[in-house]
This record gives sequence, structure tokens and C-alpha cells, in this order.
Amino acid sequence: MQRIATFRKGGVHPSDRKALSSSCAIEQLPMPVELIVPLSQHLGAPATALKQKGDTVEIGEKIGKASGFISADIHSPATGTIKEVRKVTLANSVACDAYVITVDNDAEPKQWEYHPFRALDAQEILAIVQDMGVVGTGGATFPTHVKLMVPKGKSVDALVVNGVECEPYLTADHRLMLEKTEHILDGIMIVAQATKPKKIIIGVENNKPDAIQALRAAINMADYPITVEPLKVKYPQGDEKQLLKATIGREIPSGKLPIDVGAVVLNVGTAYAIFEAVVLRKPLIDRVVTVSGEAISTPKNLRVPIGTKVFDLLSFCNGTSRQPEKMISGGPMMGFAFFDDQTPVTKGTSGVLALDHQKEHDAPTTACISCGRCVAVCPMGLQPTKLNKLIEHARYEDAMKLNLMDCKECGCCAYTCPAHLPLVHAMKIGKKMGRK
Amino acid sequence: MDILNAFLIIGALGLLLGLGLAYAAKKFAVKKDEKAEDILAILPGANCGGCGFPGCSGYAAALSAGTAPNGLCPPGGAPVAAKVAKILGIEAEETAERMVAFVHCRGNHELSQLDYKYDGIEDCNAAALLFKGDNTCKYGCLHLGSCIKVCPTDAISRDEKGNIMVNPALCIGCKKCTLVCPTKVIRMIPARGSHAIACNSNDPGGKVRKICQVGCIGCKICENKFPESGCKVVNFLSEIDYANPMTQIVQAAKACPTKCIVEAK
Repeated sequence: MQRIATFRKGGVHPSDRKALSSSCAIEQLPMPVELIVPLSQHLGAPATALKQKGDTVEIGEKIGKASGFISADIHSPATGTIKEVRKVTLANSVACDAYVITVDNDAEPKQWEYHPFRALDAQEILAIVQDMGVVGTGGATFPTHVKLMVPKGKSVDALVVNGVECEPYLTADHRLMLEKTEHILDGIMIVAQATKPKKIIIGVENNKPDAIQALRAAINMADYPITVEPLKVKYPQGDEKQLLKATIGREIPSGKLPIDVGAVVLNVGTAYAIFEAVVLRKPLIDRVVTVSGEAISTPKNLRVPIGTKVFDLLSFCNGTSRQPEKMISGGPMMGFAFFDDQTPVTKGTSGVLALDHQKEHDAPTTACISCGRCVAVCPMGLQPTKLNKLIEHARYEDAMKLNLMDCKECGCCAYTCPAHLPLVHAMKIGKKMGRK
Repeated sequence: MDILNAFLIIGALGLLLGLGLAYAAKKFAVKKDEKAEDILAILPGANCGGCGFPGCSGYAAALSAGTAPNGLCPPGGAPVAAKVAKILGIEAEETAERMVAFVHCRGNHELSQLDYKYDGIEDCNAAALLFKGDNTCKYGCLHLGSCIKVCPTDAISRDEKGNIMVNPALCIGCKKCTLVCPTKVIRMIPARGSHAIACNSNDPGGKVRKICQVGCIGCKICENKFPESGCKVVNFLSEIDYANPMTQIVQAAKACPTKCIVEAK
């Protein structure tokens, strides 16, 4: 029997609940009447506003300029006028300025022209990717041009493309791999042109055999030097650290980046965005979002303009069938609970979930009995139980000494805790207070 | 004879070792700062950190070395400052007046609106990670009691309505609660102040009206009708100038439409 690649340390097996939406083809959401486009949709400094209240904007026009090295441009997802510039709070509690754009529905749809990409060199590709405001669409929204910039003296041994999608419920990447297979592969080849890796691997969790098959068939057709690696179904297989361990057997040291071990990791959604940016010169102005959860009437995978309000997404999916217990932006393990249906979709929103009343959720928290289950499942090899106690007693410095900063808030500890302790919440507050 | 030898040997040994010890005691003596010791004996010993030094001994050492001004000890106040001045041989200056903490919010889950149901860790800073807390008003008290946990004298408690209150009689002015509070709704007021503004919101009046029944709407009745009340509205929020004699504050409190000028006792 062939061994399926995976990471070794920790991990959990949450029920994946992907069947709700995995067979729903991606649908285009009709352009909403109003969009809210935040200026901070990426990791790093918020973009600087280029437009003001009352200005008209064209679809694809640059409306926010990157304001630092780690920052990204923002483009208008629609043709229309800027109604106002307002402060908004995004689902991840980031407060920033946002354009409220009234969409002009009579505007002619823009035709994106095809540009050949084979002759472009690394600098040109980076410039286009930067100009089109591409960021990682997996959730961390790291500006892609920074990621693709290989520092001097370092070389890329492996380009690892992340098609794992290990978060329960989410099927956006899965559908993208099935429906836009060739485009994703072209996007990967563009990245390969820019970073010159020795090998290219696409990691896909083994619960998506159709995606693995589709990718392999397309690779054979196009004769690309790409291998598809089926990975064991285990959360958090799709985290870049775990993915690198599983695919190329390398571990990223604490506080380092994938490039330090000679790897570039990229989401399939980002590869698709790169394809659109380089080949169609289309900025990142829309993305695929999974709208799912037990409380959603008709779960769907939707292609939506950035800035669409969650309200519009829900109404297109026939609303909620019952009062949801919790609304989550992203996946249930690492996503952010939010309450306002006027919250906009950003470049990093992979899903919008309306979860039903959960029994587990209602269970009262009890005292930690030091059973050590959280230690066993922590993929980073931390001791959540000890960290939690230190944070509870405000001993943030001691927690930092136990590598609290390596915690990536994947949620394995809280998921497995028999006392239902909010461990990730504790880690988050520990990090915040510890940084002070 | 043998018995005498034993006496002599032990006696000589004792003398020798005794001299050695006496010499060591002089030679390796740890110099004690007697002034600091005396000051430490006078300081209240709460180790609250209100002076900005690590505990009472830290402040005592700094006083003795002359690197810290007298009168920084909030729990000790004027009497302690006078005694310290005597030891240091300086004039007891005008000490800073006694300040106490005050929670500038009387909103609670009945009177003010909530954005969502918070069921995370019982800690204000933990709640503040999520949209700056569950209150729709982002300036108000989160009622999770992080200040209660850090108060060294148990001066802060929750009343029957769920509001967090500071007992000014017990407050020693160490400011620990003001540092831990994520919304900065706890600020220091002079202990002699009879009234305080029970609101911290800089939101415009219309918005405050919608989300809280007891918030300051910045109507300026206190400032315009009762100029001697000491109230002044800045950024839609009334503030009391405690340097003012505040002769009309009781009338102003009565006239306040949202009753957010409250007694500070």
C-alpha cells in the first residue's frame, strides 16, 4: 500500500461538512447595487485612498495605492460613483476606511483582453502582479508580489501549491480546481517563470479525488512539469508549515518564512488570481466564496465582486432557513465570527458560514485537568495547557518564552479540549498583551 | 591535667574564630541605607506600584537617593509625605491631591444596546479583541471585571445592576485599573469631587441616544445653563473641571436629560 504524505506532529479530524456545497458549481453573483470596498484587505499597511467622495470609478481602476513594502493596491470592482468614504470594521475586527460605491448598472461590461505570458521575465511578472493588487486568497492575504520576490542568494527548490482546503465547509478552492483547472495550471507556470523552482508540487487533500484527477489530466494534456501530491485528510494540512513538511519534508524554523527553507507556497486561488492578473490584466476584484452552513437555505459557491455585503450573498442563497447561532467569515476553525450583515467580502474571504445551534458549543467550560490532549494535537509542538495557565495569570512574558508567538491559532487545541476551554482566544489575548 | 588542656584548646579556638568573625563582620559589612529603611517603615507597604516604582522598597530607595520627588505615594497621601520629608530633612511640599478611580459609564445590558452575544473568556481585554467588545458603544464599560481582578484593595465591585463601581474610600489611587481597562473608561478624578460624568462616549448625541439610555449626548445644558457647575462639553462629552468650585453641579445633575452627571460617592 502506498503511503499518503502528511505532517507528523499533532492535527485533528473535524467532520468536514463539505458535502453541503462541494457539488455546487461556481455561480456568478449578479452585481449588487452597492459595494463596500475597504482599503485594508491585506496583511500590512492599509492602502492610501486615491479617490474621494463623489468621484466616478471604472471597473478595474486603481482606487487605493500600496503605502509600504508589505501592502497592496486596491482596484474598483465595479463602475459607479463613490457615495462616501466611511470607517468600517471588517469581520476580523480590523477597522479601516472603506469606499462605498454605488454601482452603475448600465455600464458596459468590461472585456478583458488576452495577453501572452510565455515571454515575460521575472521582473515583469512581479510588476504586473503588484500592479493588479494580488494578495494570497487563502485567508492570510499576504501581498503576492512580496512572496514571489526571491531574495538575493536564495533559490527556490520547490514551488508548493496549496489545494488542500482543510477547513470544514469550504469548497471554493475545490470547485476552482475542478472548473478552472487549466487556468490554475497556467497561473502556476507563470509563478514558475518568475521564481524558477526545481520542482512544482500541488498538494491536494485526499477527500477531493475528482480535483486530483482533473489536475493530473490537465497536466498530462499540457505536459507541464507539475506533480500532484494527494495528502492525508487531517487538519491543518493546508497550513503552509504543515504542507511543506508533508510535501517536501522540510520544517520552517520558528519565526522564519518558507523561502528560508527554499520553498514558495501559494494557494490555488492565488494561482488563479495570478493567471487573471498576468494573462487578462484583470486586477483582483472578485473571488470565489463558499456560502454554506446548516442554517443557509441553499449553500452555494459564488463568484462575487470584492466589497459585496454579506447580506447580498445571503439573499442570493435564499437567506437563512433558521436563525443562525453564529456567522463566520472564513472557515469554522480559523475564521472570524461576525454579527453585521453589512460586512463586506474582502480579498481574503474564503467563505461565509451560518452555523446552526451547536450542542458542543453550549457545553459549559470546566476546569483544566491537565489531560494534555491539546499538547498532543498542537501541530506546532506547543503546550497550550501551560500557555493558557500562564496567560490566565497575566504572565505574558513567560508565555512568550514558551514560544507563544509560534501559535498560528489553528484551533486544534480548543477543538479537542474536553473542558471546552477557549484556548485560541487565550492565545490571542496572550499575544496581544505580550507584544505590549 | 588533660581536662585543663581541653579547656585551653577550646578556649583558644573560640577566641581565634571569634576574632575572625568580628573582623569579617567589619570588613564585609553590607552598607545599609538607613534612610531608605526608615522611609520603608513609614510607607504603607501595599506594594501597589502607584508611585511608578517597583513596590515600596523601590520608591524608598529612590527617595533616599534623591532621584524621586516626595509625595508620589497615593495610598499614603499627605501624612506619609510629611513624615518622609522629616527623615529626608526637607520641607514637606504641597502634595498632589488624592485621586481615586472612577468608572465613567453607567450603561449596562439593560440600558445600552449590544452588538452580539459574547461568550468568550471573562476578561475585558479578551472581549475587546472581538469588535472592541460586545457593546454597540465602543467607549463604555465591558462589565467583565478585569479591573476587579487587578485592584489590590478590593475597592472595585459589581453592583446589583451589573455596573462596575469603585469605592472611593478604599481606592488608593494606584491606577492599575486604568491601565488594564481596554476602553479607558476608568479614569482618575480628585477624591474631593462630589460629582462625575458617568459617560465616556465621544459619539454624537444622536448615535448615543439610539444605543444607550444613560449616555452623555453633548446637549450642553450643563455647560450653558449652569456655568458654575464646572461642566464643559468637548467632543460630544461633558467633562468636569475640578479646579472650578462647582457650586451649581447639583442643579446641573438634576437638569441633565440622560442623568449622566452622578454623585461620585
